[in-house]
Amino acid sequence: MTAQELPIHGDADVVRVRQAVRALAIEAKLSLVDQTKLVTAASELARNTLTYGGGGSATIERVENGTRAGVRALFHDDGPGIADLALALRDGYTSGGGLGLGLGGAKRLVDAFEIRSEPGRGTTVTVTKWAR
Amino acid sequence: MTFGNVVERCRQNESELVREWREVVARSLAGRLPAALVEKELRDILDALLGALEAGGGTDPQAEPYAEVRALLVELSRDRAQQGFSPRETAVSVFGLKEAVSKVLGDTDVTGFFRVIDEFGLYTFETYTKAREEVITNQAEQLLELATPVVKLWDGVVALPLVGTLDSARAQVVMEKLLQTLVDTGSEHAIIDITGVPAVDTQVAQHLLRTVVAARLMGAECIISGIRPQIAQTIVALGIEFGDIATKASLADALMLALSRLDVDVNAEIAKRSR
Repeated sequence: MTAQELPIHGDADVVRVRQAVRALAIEAKLSLVDQTKLVTAASELARNTLTYGGGGSATIERVENGTRAGVRALFHDDGPGIADLALALRDGYTSGGGLGLGLGGAKRLVDAFEIRSEPGRGTTVTVTKWAR
Repeated sequence: MTFGNVVERCRQNESELVREWREVVARSLAGRLPAALVEKELRDILDALLGALEAGGGTDPQAEPYAEVRALLVELSRDRAQQGFSPRETAVSVFGLKEAVSKVLGDTDVTGFFRVIDEFGLYTFETYTKAREEVITNQAEQLLELATPVVKLWDGVVALPLVGTLDSARAQVVMEKLLQTLVDTGSEHAIIDITGVPAVDTQVAQHLLRTVVAARLMGAECIISGIRPQIAQTIVALGIEFGDIATKASLADALMLALSRLDVDVNAEIAKRSR
């Protein structure tokens, strides 16, 4: 499977990431609900990359696990990083002006969620959604 | 840079050159512009170009004697960009002169002259790109306006059907338009329909909530409609709460709710109007 890397440097890029994720989700035969969930999670994470990470990139690819198909998306930025991951994942907490539901919400929208971050070393979030 | 007797010979064969040039250009434009118009355009450019070369223009297209040529080329590339011609078709309008010169002047040494034409070809191309960008920016602005109509459904009920991505810029336009319409129509109920919004993430939700709160401050109640099953499940998973804001699956349901809140007797209204 070839991965696509998409830059995230502006609002238009967030839309582009969303569209690319949707296209892959349709290809992997995710149900309409799962497509929407994955696209929404990608939208949240891409916006975080832009707003809090100061821009970065998204790498999206189709993955397979035996007979199941799925879509994996990795969001990376070289921004300030997150000091307290547990706090950042808590609903209602935001260091910006948002609702504080994006990161925790994205985690609930997908099947697998992994976040790596260290202050000063950027943030990488990987999410996967499998077709049922 | 000397041009030998090229300029002189071009002057002698000017009408033939224009004819040849027009033919090259006409081939790429394939009859989408009137031949007489193209010929006039090209004759003016050639005349200005030869005039500038006679006045010692050199190879720098930014040089003073070329002012008129530049103005003509700016006009040409803007026209082409606005009429939707491709970059290639626009560039041919200038580079076609080379083909015409080779054909008409035969074996004369035209290297210097060609370099000037190349420079102007690039200049035209740059202007064309700028003009195209302006066209795109204008369209984006127009789209922003177009995509946010506020429609009156009933006396005192307005609806705002949202279609497409609700980013910050659009959310601002949407909010302004809705609030203004509430004032202009004296409506107390607004229905925001999100059937056409492909994904509702926290940012979109936040924009919606802010719009509803702003409308409430003005004394109007909002109903959010068009919540499809997949959107409802996504909103729940995200943990977004719409609080006491009324939400409905369809615009029809939302209208019914607004009408019942207004205590409208639809049958009586119909009877009144048909009388």
